[in-house]
Amino acid sequence: MAKVFIDDIEYEVPDGKNMLEVCLSLGFDLTYFCWHPALHSIGACRQCGVINYKDENDKRGRITMACMLPASNGTRISIEAKAAHDFRAGNIESLMLNHPHDCPVCDEGGECHLQDMTLMSGHNYRRYRFKKRTHTNQYLGPFLNHEMNRCIQCYRCVRFYKDYAGGKDLDVFAAHDDIYFGRSEDGVLENEFSGNLVEVCPTGVFTDKTLKQHYTRKWDLTSAPSVCHGCSLGCNILASQRYGTIRRILTRYNGDVNGYFLCDRGRFGYEYTNSKKRIIKALKRVSGTYQPIENGNAFEEVKALMGEGKKVIGIGSPRASLESNFLLKELVGENNFYGGISNTEGNLIKQVIDILKKGKVKTPSLAEAKGYDAVFIVGEDVTNTAPMLALSLRQAAKNKPNEEAFAIRIPLWNDVAIREIVQERTGPFFIATVHHTKLDEISSGSFYGHPDNIARLGHAVAQKINNNLPSVPDADRESASLSSSIAEALLAAKKPLIVSGTSLFSKNVIEAAANVAYALKEQGKDVGLIYTVPEANSVGMTLLSENFVDDAIARVEKERADVLLILENDLYQRIGKKDSEAILKRCNQVVAFENLENETTNSCDYLFPAGTFAESTGTIVNNEGRAQRFYQVHIPRNEVRSSWKWLDILRQDLQTAEAKDFDAIVDELIQKNPELQKIKETAPTADFRIGTQKIPRSPHRFSGRTSMIANINVSEPKPPVDNDSPMSFTMEGYHGIQPSPDTAFYWSPAWNSVQAINKYQIEVGGPLHDGNPGKRLFEPDENRQAKYFNDIPSSFHPSNDELLVLPLYHIYGSEELTALSHAVKERIPQAYIALNENEARRKGLNAEGGKVEFYYQDKKWELSLKIDNSLPDGIAGLPKGLNETSGIGYPFRTKINS
Amino acid sequence: MSETWIHILIIVCVLLGMVTIAAGLIYVERRMLAVWQERYGPNRVGPFGIFQVMADMVKIFFKEDWIPGFVDRKVFIVAPTIIMITTLLSFAIVPFAPGIVVANLNVGILFFLAMSSLGAYTIVLAGWASNNKYSLIGGLRGAAQMISYEVFMGLSLMGVVILAGSFNMTDIVMAQKGMWNVVPQFIGFVIFFIAGLAETHRLPFDIPEAESELIAGFHSEYSGMKFGMFFVGEYLGITLVSAMTTVLFFGGWLGPSFLPPIVWFLIKMFAFILVFVLLRASLPRPRYDQLMSWGWKILLPLALLNLLVTGAIVLYNQ
Amino acid sequence: MLSSIRTVWLVFLHMFKKRVTIEYPEKKAYLAPRWRGRIVLTRDPDHNERCVACYLCAAVCPTDCISLQATEDENGRRKPEYFRINFSRCIFCGLCEDACPTYSIQLVPDFEMGEYKRQDLVYEKEDLLIDGQGKYHGYNFYRVAGVAVGVKGKGEGENESAPVDRKKLVP
Repeated sequence: MAKVFIDDIEYEVPDGKNMLEVCLSLGFDLTYFCWHPALHSIGACRQCGVINYKDENDKRGRITMACMLPASNGTRISIEAKAAHDFRAGNIESLMLNHPHDCPVCDEGGECHLQDMTLMSGHNYRRYRFKKRTHTNQYLGPFLNHEMNRCIQCYRCVRFYKDYAGGKDLDVFAAHDDIYFGRSEDGVLENEFSGNLVEVCPTGVFTDKTLKQHYTRKWDLTSAPSVCHGCSLGCNILASQRYGTIRRILTRYNGDVNGYFLCDRGRFGYEYTNSKKRIIKALKRVSGTYQPIENGNAFEEVKALMGEGKKVIGIGSPRASLESNFLLKELVGENNFYGGISNTEGNLIKQVIDILKKGKVKTPSLAEAKGYDAVFIVGEDVTNTAPMLALSLRQAAKNKPNEEAFAIRIPLWNDVAIREIVQERTGPFFIATVHHTKLDEISSGSFYGHPDNIARLGHAVAQKINNNLPSVPDADRESASLSSSIAEALLAAKKPLIVSGTSLFSKNVIEAAANVAYALKEQGKDVGLIYTVPEANSVGMTLLSENFVDDAIARVEKERADVLLILENDLYQRIGKKDSEAILKRCNQVVAFENLENETTNSCDYLFPAGTFAESTGTIVNNEGRAQRFYQVHIPRNEVRSSWKWLDILRQDLQTAEAKDFDAIVDELIQKNPELQKIKETAPTADFRIGTQKIPRSPHRFSGRTSMIANINVSEPKPPVDNDSPMSFTMEGYHGIQPSPDTAFYWSPAWNSVQAINKYQIEVGGPLHDGNPGKRLFEPDENRQAKYFNDIPSSFHPSNDELLVLPLYHIYGSEELTALSHAVKERIPQAYIALNENEARRKGLNAEGGKVEFYYQDKKWELSLKIDNSLPDGIAGLPKGLNETSGIGYPFRTKINS
Repeated sequence: MSETWIHILIIVCVLLGMVTIAAGLIYVERRMLAVWQERYGPNRVGPFGIFQVMADMVKIFFKEDWIPGFVDRKVFIVAPTIIMITTLLSFAIVPFAPGIVVANLNVGILFFLAMSSLGAYTIVLAGWASNNKYSLIGGLRGAAQMISYEVFMGLSLMGVVILAGSFNMTDIVMAQKGMWNVVPQFIGFVIFFIAGLAETHRLPFDIPEAESELIAGFHSEYSGMKFGMFFVGEYLGITLVSAMTTVLFFGGWLGPSFLPPIVWFLIKMFAFILVFVLLRASLPRPRYDQLMSWGWKILLPLALLNLLVTGAIVLYNQ
Repeated sequence: MLSSIRTVWLVFLHMFKKRVTIEYPEKKAYLAPRWRGRIVLTRDPDHNERCVACYLCAAVCPTDCISLQATEDENGRRKPEYFRINFSRCIFCGLCEDACPTYSIQLVPDFEMGEYKRQDLVYEKEDLLIDGQGKYHGYNFYRVAGVAVGVKGKGEGENESAPVDRKKLVP
């Protein structure tokens, strides 16, 4: 702890901080632009000027940038001194010389850091009477809008984009006061984290293009704390709506998970919630077409179908909440409930859960992953299957080189100095995947091979760390030398991190990764082991499932089922076309609870409109076993509601049909599943009050209440009541600083931009007041004896006539729902089949883009060829989840023709 | 035509005439208030707005005649009729012109006092039956006010009786041939007029209904034609007090012969009605305790003194 | 006592004064140009909608009776997709006019808006938009703003210099 003096008052502050962080943590309103808690200080914008005094006798002091001033013992500054105040106001005045008169048409207006800082500095009148500098804008793709005139040259964008996220195509051009932030020429910003520029940019240079399509000011948005459903990481988001449609997604700070950032799939993939293909009322199929049916009748008819003695089975969903899956299980009975994924995938996830639960290695959270200093990725294209993990790993890669700087006493926050020393170097970072992945650019060694060969590499590494393990038979020399260098690097590291996942559908890969981690643990390393799983609630659903869809198919093959209940699941996406049709045809009546029309809903008899994350409340469990609550953003003006509400009504006496409230369902869930006990603690119950007040979903400046639906009826209806959460659906409720984990928006007096998050943290960049949201369900136990996996697969030998087809993942397109969003759609690649040049030539294919035919489940598919030389021989890659490749189950073997 | 028929004709004419005048006062009051407040008043319905009365009548007849569930139903219905009946009965003794009088009673003044005392019931019963605290307070105030002012209203008239030597109204008029009573009995006139204001609970003495404190007091719960009866009853009261003032102090129908006596009577009576309206337009309402102490501490001794002096002078002259 | 009588006398004298009532609707009262009556949306000198759908009027409205949705034309010029004022809630305080950065929303001297149904007091953009510039002439927000949305090119505004060549490094 250090003692510092701010305006002659003494404060105890933690060591190793700079004075700007300290001032903000203590709650002072000090202006700043270029500093960002995740990007640290460069002292470029000169906006956090304070007076620094030598000692208590120094009455004059000198102006210093607080962000570059270490908070060491005896540091003495003044924020309020007139000279400092005038300096900051004068500085803003200079920055504003060229700032355009755009606020009314600028999307940042109302949540603009520049507006806040200008007011805070006291500059309020333009004295400069000469011309403003202008810039032309660039087209930056479907996600971001560029308006360069507004730039104040803080450099945050390039520092985030290049230094933090590893982007290549955003840079600084020109010189002196003409500098320009953009691409060398118009084009799509390629980085997967470009959307964060919206929040990183202190003004409106980079704004959300999807928000622009249906623009709404921050104060008019009704938001709810939510959890991204785009992948298994469970990043925290704030989802916002206006007039019944979701308008945008912002990062919700969670110091344990995603921190300040979010990937573009999560940020821009929300538009499917507003899709025209949404199912918005209960439907019944009458002679081939879907007709709306009154809710009560639908309940009665479905209930009659499920009557006494009927054979009913239910299929859960990895994208539906724990509560919905649980109620389906309750409704159909434990033995009739099947997890909505293939047995292969189900068993993989079960294995992952098993390792998380019984292993002794810690699964770090996304935030913790940034702290590891050596990384070994085993068979996972992290950038595309779990993008935010890739961002964390990029930070982890900096840790080793940074130590050089720490050794000469440069603190972490001094970003310029660190970058000067580290340059482009990265730490030990090894990747073993099927093909070239984006993280290869920072890797110290990459290996491309069949999943079995990847597993063999892993086993070899494990064996080199722990000699007692069986050695890998018939290892080739190349992979032997690579495994030695990986093992060496991991052993040299303080905190090695092993990353793997289920994306290759290979048990061997998962086991090999666990072996490496166990071996390192036994060497006393503080090792981390992260597995990614396919979907948002894959872990949660698997925890509730004993059997999976293949078991269901086997069962209906034996004996037809009367009713099949499908919960938020497009079977065609998950188990392939043939299996889907097999099960749908062997059930007399199919009832689905679904968000959007899809291939499965085409063959259902009853459809109930189920809420997406925007319209439902629930709990999901991410890849590290962290249960997190997401809240309904609004009650839509149609029949859409949380699936668990439909299911709860269905299992009750229809005369008194009214869904139980959420807390009652959670209580029931944890009573039947004691291992999920902690999900009760993930969020406050619905009777939580601050004083007597709920937490409002809208800020107190919310406008248009008496007008927004006046065209329908001039008499305003009673505001909707939320019995499922501690929040109100309107601006009614507590009006101070909201409880940090459950706030629906970040705002504090004078801080209208997202930077208001400072006020919700115990210290800037640290955990939230009242704790980060979410609860981990499993923790490792150091004393446990972990069992090694000794099942080493044999090396893969390509066959001459058949190819093994593996899924290749794309951040845009491989996820079922986000792929339906307009902006994401523009970024989805053309469907292709990837082969290496060798293999292509062998099949008589040479031109990239040529048509390739292959058979899958007796159906002919035709795709264009893409040459990817990193792919090993005998393996073809297909993009997973694209429209053209939907209905394919991986992996499979096929012959291909030109 | 037999005398009986003439009599019946007089009765009908007085009855209809008085009710019509009372109803017409709705228009007169609104119009005159406006004139004294530099406005126009009702001027939209018919020429100069004179059909306003019709419009108001139509409105009040068509209003829902609602009886709240919590009231004492029978009393609630009876109360507003009392004021109509007693006031109309009082007109029986008013001599409008020689021979135009319904009942030339020799105890005319006593009959008038008796009837106006009965009027107090209307307020007390309405206030009680409404089962509403504001109405009850209004009723209580009304009772206290009317009973108090009843006393010296009677006393103030005794001077006139002494001068005329008769209770008979026609005799009192004839006794003023030489000089109107207002000259020898000026104090009696002032007291009578103030008491008349209080008796009709007109502004500034509308304490039983005081909108700003009691939200219409004893008739808060009344609507439709029952309220209408209170309304017309009040205007009848104004007409009666004006007529009595004319008869008792301003020589009734007496006047220069270029106009017929009845016209003289009506001119005088309307003049007083206008004074009623003028007072409403100009004076604020006193506090309840001020009203009572004024009555008992000033007007009563004054009335007694007036009676004493009048009696003494009459005795001296004999 | 005397003062009461004097009061009565003075009130009586009012009978001979001039009436203050203006006989509306035969005679209309004088309404000042800045009288706060019916709200209109005006057009700029080029005859385009002035409203840029910035939501400030809605935010400042004390009765929350203004609602709108922003949209953009093919040039990216922002305008309201719909703009609704619920006049049955409006208190004609004029704060929306104060807040408007483009002189679009203006209160005009007209109050004759009586309706038999409250529903008829809900005005949409078509009802609010007038043909002229209202009280403030000659102002076109997009001429002084930095964005190029079909009104002017970058650097062509009243107070702008030509766009910077970003490939130039000369000091």
